[in-house]
Amino acid sequence: MSVAPPLLAVEGLTKSYGGIHAVRGVSFSLRAGEILALIGPNGAGKSTCFDMLNGQNMPDSGHVRLLGEEITGRKPREVWRLGVGRTFQITATFATMTVRENVQVALISHGKQLFNLFGSAPKFDRGEAGRLLELVGMGGYADRPCGELAYGDLKRLELAVALANQPKLLLMDEPTAGMAPRERVELMRLTARIAREKSIGVLFTEHDMDVVFEHADRILVLNRGTLIAEGSPAEVRGNPQVQAVYLGEGLVYDSRHREGAST
Amino acid sequence: MAFYVVQFLTGLASAASLFLVASGLSIIFGVTRIVNFAHGAFYMIGAYIAFTLTERLSGAFGFWGGIVLAAFAVALIGVIVEMVLLRRIYHAPELFQLLATFGLTLMVEDLVVLIWGPDDLVGRRAPGFRGAIDFFGQNIPSYDLFLIVLGPVVLGILWLLFQRTRWGVLVRAATQDRDMVAALGVNQKWLFTSVFAVGVFLAALGGALQIPRDAVHHAMDLRIIVEVFVVVVIGGLGSIVGAFVAAVLVSELNAFGILIFPKISIILVFLVMAVVLIVRPWGLFGKPEAAARKTPGLTVNPWRPLTSNERLMALAALIVAAMLPLFAGNYLLTVGSEIAIFVIFAVSLHFLMSVGGLASFGHAAYFGLGAYGIAFLAKMAGLPMIVCLLLGPLLGCMGAAVFGFFAVQLSGVYFAMLTLAFAQIVWSIAFQWVNVTGGDNGILGLWPSSWAASPSRFYWLSLGVAALVTVALRAMVFSPFGYALRATRDSGLRSEAIGIDAKRIQWTAFVIAGTTAGIGGALFAYLKGSVFPDNLGISLSVDALVMVLLGGVETVSGAVIGAIVYKALNIWLVSQTDLSKLVLGGFIMLIVVVFPKGIVGTLEMLAQRRKKASPPGSPLLAKPIESAE
Repeated sequence: MSVAPPLLAVEGLTKSYGGIHAVRGVSFSLRAGEILALIGPNGAGKSTCFDMLNGQNMPDSGHVRLLGEEITGRKPREVWRLGVGRTFQITATFATMTVRENVQVALISHGKQLFNLFGSAPKFDRGEAGRLLELVGMGGYADRPCGELAYGDLKRLELAVALANQPKLLLMDEPTAGMAPRERVELMRLTARIAREKSIGVLFTEHDMDVVFEHADRILVLNRGTLIAEGSPAEVRGNPQVQAVYLGEGLVYDSRHREGAST
Repeated sequence: MAFYVVQFLTGLASAASLFLVASGLSIIFGVTRIVNFAHGAFYMIGAYIAFTLTERLSGAFGFWGGIVLAAFAVALIGVIVEMVLLRRIYHAPELFQLLATFGLTLMVEDLVVLIWGPDDLVGRRAPGFRGAIDFFGQNIPSYDLFLIVLGPVVLGILWLLFQRTRWGVLVRAATQDRDMVAALGVNQKWLFTSVFAVGVFLAALGGALQIPRDAVHHAMDLRIIVEVFVVVVIGGLGSIVGAFVAAVLVSELNAFGILIFPKISIILVFLVMAVVLIVRPWGLFGKPEAAARKTPGLTVNPWRPLTSNERLMALAALIVAAMLPLFAGNYLLTVGSEIAIFVIFAVSLHFLMSVGGLASFGHAAYFGLGAYGIAFLAKMAGLPMIVCLLLGPLLGCMGAAVFGFFAVQLSGVYFAMLTLAFAQIVWSIAFQWVNVTGGDNGILGLWPSSWAASPSRFYWLSLGVAALVTVALRAMVFSPFGYALRATRDSGLRSEAIGIDAKRIQWTAFVIAGTTAGIGGALFAYLKGSVFPDNLGISLSVDALVMVLLGGVETVSGAVIGAIVYKALNIWLVSQTDLSKLVLGGFIMLIVVVFPKGIVGTLEMLAQRRKKASPPGSPLLAKPIESAE
């Protein structure tokens, strides 16, 4: 009997810019329905790591596999077609279109109707668009121009758009950055609920430790491009190395940095 | 051998003026982000004023003093223009800035004719550089040698200015991030004004220095501006060294192109530009540009299809338009046909520009290709009109498919310039390939078949096609494809992340727009009974841009209204006044400064306000009437 491959398997992912190793030999895996957090101080390589997962950035070496299928270096749009949704640290939405139209574009793409010249787009999958917006609590905003939305609402819209192709995996780069504390909790609760209901794997980066420890099933800690710890919130919280480089703040980090520089 | 050396030196001498003008444009763009179309106009005014001054002032001192004085005088004009016009539009979309400065160019063209007359003016020889130097039996004008030295000297002075002065540091900082410079407490207003003055000074100096070599005439602005665009695009917008290298490259290509490929000398330069842009889209010495910060608070009324009431109104307008032959004479009907054809042209550009966010500055290429397609089919293959009308636009379609493929690799200003270059290539072919296209003489004697020959029938044909095209393109705006196209315009990052191949979508839109323009061109050929290279010229491309902007670039149907108003006004003006360019140019600037949303956009805004004032009830946005007259 063969064991089913994990939803996402990352192996030896490496990327350097000039002489700087942004990401070095990062490996991890993610199961369906699991919520995995990727944390680390600024400049640890979280975003680089993230961008390499869906083809936004090319790794120097290493592999990314989705359900056993190699997706390393594929274009973002191809990765999306395989069932990987993504939200951005700084929201990327279609500013001149309404909230509903934003979702409809994703549905049109999912339905492979992008080159349909004479159909009616306003009527395209209106019901499904409405359901997705309801799901993220944006039902009442469907006809609002997207450019008028508050930042937290844009984040929720991005989530709805990311869910439009019934993804198996959601990549969320700092989903709650720039949101008010209460909004953060709400958005992550919502994400967690959807992930459990639909058995979607979620990988997210986050700076807010409350959000991370409350919602993540498992946590990866990245420092200067390498994974230094991995485990349940309790394990990671108790890990002295993590405390030193991450939770321990400046002083500890500084002394280690000097040691590293002298050797 | 000596001949080639002399040819090379002539090229270098031409490069000097080109470099002066191009570096000025580049500096202005770097800091203010304005692509100054009027730069050619400043070059021309520089030449005219220098001509007058050097005629009045005597002696060597008078000549050289006159040249420098002319450049300072034009720089002063530049300062006034900057303060009165540009300061109002720094935050407008870049397209509006291009158009405003184009309007200025139009005005200047009429003004110089008004002041200096329409004839070519031949200026004085430069004192001290009158003779020629013998080089192995070939003559080199000594003034050319002076220019060859001048180019690098100016480059050196500019380098010192930017590296060694406080002002230069500020300019370089502003080139990288002007918002940051403003946040650091630098008075942006005066920085911009001074930069503009320096840029204009360089342009005027370039023009003034040309008078011993070339006659001064009132069309020298357009010729230089196209070359300068090519230079800054090859060299990289914002790079002065790039401008120098590219100016030399372009001048040498011109100098040797005539020897090697006399037939396609003009094309050579544009081909090099196209290759550079495809290999290095930001130019040889430019840097890839960071995505521009979007103006905050830029909200657009969401687009929506017409309600059934509005459809009825549009239909009514169409019926009224169709009744024109009942009371109008032949002249008015011909005017009506021309307007209908320009509606087709305008909506085709609107589709690319407003829906796709791709502002083509060479859209006339596909209009003209459609016209030439008709001419070839009718004159050479002798096909009947109906077949020609169906097949002719295919030439526009093919042109758009080839050029569009390359153009959509770029965006923004570079897209605009590449499309302009492509249009110039097509124009050059039409102009120079005399055997096939008849060159400047065009192809004459294209008359409609008898079923469409009378003015009223041709009017109905044009009106019908215009209505059909408008409805079809409008349907496409609200088709899944239209949504996808708008998505690629709004956010490339997001559309890629949801599986949209932006380049393929944009390429398709380009082909659709090109084919549609070709339909307009095909009808135009039959309306005029002839085809000329002007049918694919720059001024026609700009007409299309003005029509779209006049109607309102952020609206769905603005192009229709814009085309009707602009074309009617244009035809009327030409019949009323000799100074039509002056009036038109002023009109364009007025729209850009006072009504940046265009006619339809302004109406929508007013309706919106009224709606907000009155209690919420009927969702009545005054959408444009879909008339196709």
